[in-house]
Amino acid sequence: MVTSKKTKAGDLVVVLICLIVIILCLAPVLHIAARSLSSTDALIKNQVTLWPVGFNLEAYKFVLEDGKFTRALWWTGLLTLIGTSLSLIMTAMCAYPLTYDKLKGRKFFNVAIVFTMFFNAGTIPTYLLLKQIDFLNKPVVLIVPYCLSVFNMILLRSFMSELPASMRESAEIDGAGPIRILWSIYLPLSMPSIATIALFYAVGRWNGFSDALMFMNVREFYPIQLLLYNLITAISNIDVVAAEGAAPGLTESLKAAAIMFATVPILVVYPWLQRYFIAGATLGAVKE
Amino acid sequence: MDSSQSKLKRRQETVIYFRRYWTLYLLLLAPMVYLVVFKYIPIAYVQIAFKKYSIVNSIWEQPWAANHGMEYFIKAFANRDFLFALRNTITLNLLDLLVGFPAPIILAIVLNELRFKKLKSLTQTIAYMPHFLSWIIIAGLALQVFAPSSGLLNVLFAKAGLPTIPFLNEPGHWIATYVSLGVWQSIGWNTIIFLAAITAINPELYEAAAMDGAGRMKRIWHVTLPGIRSTIIVMLIIRLGYILGSEFDRPYALGNALVNNVSSVIATFVYNYGIRGLQFSLTTAVGLFQSVVGVIFLLAADRLAKKYGERGII
Repeated sequence: MVTSKKTKAGDLVVVLICLIVIILCLAPVLHIAARSLSSTDALIKNQVTLWPVGFNLEAYKFVLEDGKFTRALWWTGLLTLIGTSLSLIMTAMCAYPLTYDKLKGRKFFNVAIVFTMFFNAGTIPTYLLLKQIDFLNKPVVLIVPYCLSVFNMILLRSFMSELPASMRESAEIDGAGPIRILWSIYLPLSMPSIATIALFYAVGRWNGFSDALMFMNVREFYPIQLLLYNLITAISNIDVVAAEGAAPGLTESLKAAAIMFATVPILVVYPWLQRYFIAGATLGAVKE
Repeated sequence: MDSSQSKLKRRQETVIYFRRYWTLYLLLLAPMVYLVVFKYIPIAYVQIAFKKYSIVNSIWEQPWAANHGMEYFIKAFANRDFLFALRNTITLNLLDLLVGFPAPIILAIVLNELRFKKLKSLTQTIAYMPHFLSWIIIAGLALQVFAPSSGLLNVLFAKAGLPTIPFLNEPGHWIATYVSLGVWQSIGWNTIIFLAAITAINPELYEAAAMDGAGRMKRIWHVTLPGIRSTIIVMLIIRLGYILGSEFDRPYALGNALVNNVSSVIATFVYNYGIRGLQFSLTTAVGLFQSVVGVIFLLAADRLAKKYGERGII
């Protein structure tokens, strides 16, 4: 087949659009990376675009030597690890029994679970409950209150439901109980789905901000996003409001370096899980 | 005789069933306790929307609010800040819908037209990235790019002799920035579902269209778009169902004192008046209003989807 000139022009437009999308997605991140590696002088003179000017690692050194920031990084890493593990255990415990067709009360459990997805009591009732059970300002408040996502549970449940029932039946004939079947058949076979929801939970916890803002007043337990927010807004609000050019260069590169610390872990992880999470994203319309 | 025998048999079956499957209920125990404590008990707390809240009494012992308990709903709708928040929630969501909804459909179609598989997957991988960044990080990026004097764009504008643009500190521009950043964050991720729908289109339809001499635009118009029509409708209806929903992180992180009138939404109102201002009854009433209207919208959206012959969302 002969490709006409028109088709070629169309191809060019398509390629151009893709290149523009790539540039628009990457440029802000590259700009921040460049700022974090640039000299104070270059930043004050607004010389930095997408490449570092006066390359140096001062800002990173400063951030790493700042006890508060590294502490928050480790703390958030630990929270992410514990939170994701707990969430995965809870999600599997919830999803697996619901894949049994003959489970008595299945309908009741399903309705009770899905109801919480569509109706929630709101922020203040949750806040008052957490106050009542003495969770406020305790580390546990950043782990337990959001440890089970019904959406993720439904993802895992639909994945498990599609595993062939014959496997379970033959295992039952061999005398294996439900927990044994979960442990040695369902969990290993559900790894693609578990990887997806682990990514969703981990990113959610690493990026978590509002729960800490509302329920956590103790500075030592601030997760990275809350610390970052305070750092970013401390000077930039002045910048936005009035002070033209008053922001000193080092604080500018510090902010950039802090943003990089919070961003890089995510940038490193998500591309590897791409082929898994695509399945998760296509289950957009959840149906009971 | 017969009936008592069958009763006995059924009872035996139940015993066998529970003996074999009781561990399933054991597994469900922890998730159910979690849901009851953190999702259902707070619903009982909703009653303080109708009561005069005081820290001293338990929620069950508090006196009813005036006006048959509706006092705080009346107060909310007389509150200027709440009305602003309500207006902004709807405005920002509608603008998100108007701009943010078609964008991933267009990008999905463009990606589908791309012949070079490597460039396609590279574009996809990079376009998914913003979805994984928190709004705090995005706000940090935005401040560095859009700041009035030192932001990258305004520096470039100034160098080119153009006037600077108050991206973040003038209400009209702030709304545009807010909506654009929403597109930036979600466009890649939202293409996934439309690309999946496009993949499901029968390739013979494209071949037939090519045989009939249809060009690229004609193929897109007569094959691709009709092929993903039902996905578009379902996604649109879901979005309509969430029109009164409000994010917290995004307006909170992007907002600043100069644009409060357009950046405050219901979620930030509840935070400011409730957790910071301790007006628990008022903000619970606002939250309840939002939840109830949200459920009504979702049910209506579901109905609408089913009316158009789609599978619905509930």
